[in-house]
Amino acid sequence: MKWNNYVSLSEKFRNQRVFDGCGISGFINLDGKRENGDQIIDMLSILSERENGLGAGFAGYGIYPRYKECYAIHLLIEDEQSKEHLIRYLDEIGNIIQSEPIPTKIPSNVDNPPITWRIFYEPRHKKSISDDEQVVKLVMNLNDHFNGVFVISSGKNMGVFKGNGWSHEIAEFYNIKDYKAYMWLAHSRFPTNTPGWWGGAHPFNLLGTSVVHNGEITSYGTNMRYLESFGYKCTLLTDTEVIAYLIDLLIRKHKIPVPIATMALAPPLFSTIEAMEPRYQIALKNIRATYRSAMLNGPFSVIVGLSCPKPTLVGLSDRKKLRPLVAAISENKNSIFLSSEEASFKRLKLKEAFNFKKIWQPKSGTAIIAQVGEGLLRNGMETPFEKINLTVEGDI
Amino acid sequence: MIENKEIRYTQEKNTKFEIDTAPNGIPLNYKVLNEKIHQAIQKGYEKVLLNEVCGQRFIGASLQGQIKLEIMGLPGNDLGIFMDGPEIIVHGNCEDQIGNTMNNGKIIVHGDARDVVGLSARGGKIYVKKNVGYRVGIHIKEYENKFPILLIGGTTKDFLGEYMAGGLIIVLGLEIKDDGTVIENDYPICGGELGTGIHRGKIILRTEENLENRLGIGAKVYELKKETEKTITPYIKEFCQIFKIPYDVMNEKPFKVVKPISKRPYGGNYCGNLI
Repeated sequence: MKWNNYVSLSEKFRNQRVFDGCGISGFINLDGKRENGDQIIDMLSILSERENGLGAGFAGYGIYPRYKECYAIHLLIEDEQSKEHLIRYLDEIGNIIQSEPIPTKIPSNVDNPPITWRIFYEPRHKKSISDDEQVVKLVMNLNDHFNGVFVISSGKNMGVFKGNGWSHEIAEFYNIKDYKAYMWLAHSRFPTNTPGWWGGAHPFNLLGTSVVHNGEITSYGTNMRYLESFGYKCTLLTDTEVIAYLIDLLIRKHKIPVPIATMALAPPLFSTIEAMEPRYQIALKNIRATYRSAMLNGPFSVIVGLSCPKPTLVGLSDRKKLRPLVAAISENKNSIFLSSEEASFKRLKLKEAFNFKKIWQPKSGTAIIAQVGEGLLRNGMETPFEKINLTVEGDI
Repeated sequence: MIENKEIRYTQEKNTKFEIDTAPNGIPLNYKVLNEKIHQAIQKGYEKVLLNEVCGQRFIGASLQGQIKLEIMGLPGNDLGIFMDGPEIIVHGNCEDQIGNTMNNGKIIVHGDARDVVGLSARGGKIYVKKNVGYRVGIHIKEYENKFPILLIGGTTKDFLGEYMAGGLIIVLGLEIKDDGTVIENDYPICGGELGTGIHRGKIILRTEENLENRLGIGAKVYELKKETEKTITPYIKEFCQIFKIPYDVMNEKPFKVVKPISKRPYGGNYCGNLI
């Protein structure tokens, strides 16, 4: 799929750029209760100063309970011919359970939309390779080699809806408020170094991992080359893509616990490590050495949605705190909210008489982790190894 | 143009305008809101009350004179940017960059403030009741009779007073609860890189913690001298009066002063031998 067919740098945006960063929001219901998209739309749309109409997107977890065993592949397709070609190909290599358009607003309220399509897909079981790995390979193959096709999400019982436009336009285009999910991520884009196009909008997804990001990954080249050695292909022309693939590599493939994986992405400075207990020093130095090329450099705050091993919401900002991230817990303690600005929470309060028990700002480089069924595991105020049971083998 | 009926006039206090910033539950755009404030001031009102503020940016931008802005809700980034004289009282939390390049005036926050409080402020006072975030007081500066003062009731995080070029930052390390009780804060009073690149002014912290390993380049810890204590006491007393806390709690912990070791900490880095 050619990205330059799907940029909208029309006249109306050219003189309206107020320079700012992206807006990110997300929430998780810790009981697994599904909520419709109204809340997330409100949380994101209030951050309208953080976008310039060149991209917005939403990710919902738990939206397809009817097909929860299948991989829900969301696609952006250029023309009918590419679509037919793709469906024939998928039919050959696996089973298509359902193939249908993603319902959108007609007539379209955004400029020049591609065909939005979803396929519920099951790969043929093989002994030599797991289903997940087959789907990852398929996604990389489609994005890299297939003309006119882009996979925007490929997880089970979840989906990404994104495009070029203001956040309220994209929400209306995909009818986000009609979907019900226990975890929502959302992003409104202010493209800085890369083109604003349909595939480059956030969230970025691979299997159950979705990422929304505010900032710039200056280590993109290093991270990309590292990922390429594991078979990932970076094709979406945006730095955030590497975060999604790194998290997939660390958590799904290497089976690293979530708090440790976030330490690999945003590790403490060596000067901070030197002041720690010896066993923590060993652990952190090993993490830094092993995942040297997975470290994210540059300013960022990200919200990550994971569906494996359990549905999890993760918030993380860079070590020097160059991008904002605020967290909140609802009064009945069953939902965790994250956002770029506290205005998102205030908007919910205004509209729905929603009350928060606590609103706080997590520490820089420290992950806030909330899991369905487990509650708030880490609130982002801990020291690196607090609440983690760490044993070091051998002499210290 | 804004119609008169949108601005509700309260009879009891003749000089106070009340602006509903979220008519029908939909927050106004920041441009519209600021225009309403300007119109109220143009009509001669010196007190303006904003209700249900929800993240609108640049409130009080470039305002001048004896104006009092009272804010219920959450003002957005750059509250009081370029302000020269007015007093802003926020009943609730603030977002980033309050008092950005402020020239004169006072901002009182009855809650938390986030990152970069008082960015490049060159005058005025900012009093925050609770905690603040990263890079507070970055590059605040003094000149002749301009002297910026930041007073934080709670704790701060990394990069406090980064590249500070004058003025005063006081951090008390208290937890002032909404019911008025005051206890010591559990979290450290400041993060790392304290006063990196500081070349004038003072950071004063009420703490017993060891600050040596948290100091940034060009900063050093000193004991509090009598003269400095005399300078800071009126500000702390004013803080106690505003937030209704007893002054006695100040005596429970010593004050430490972080000052620059040199007026030109990076002098040698950039063409040092030419100047």
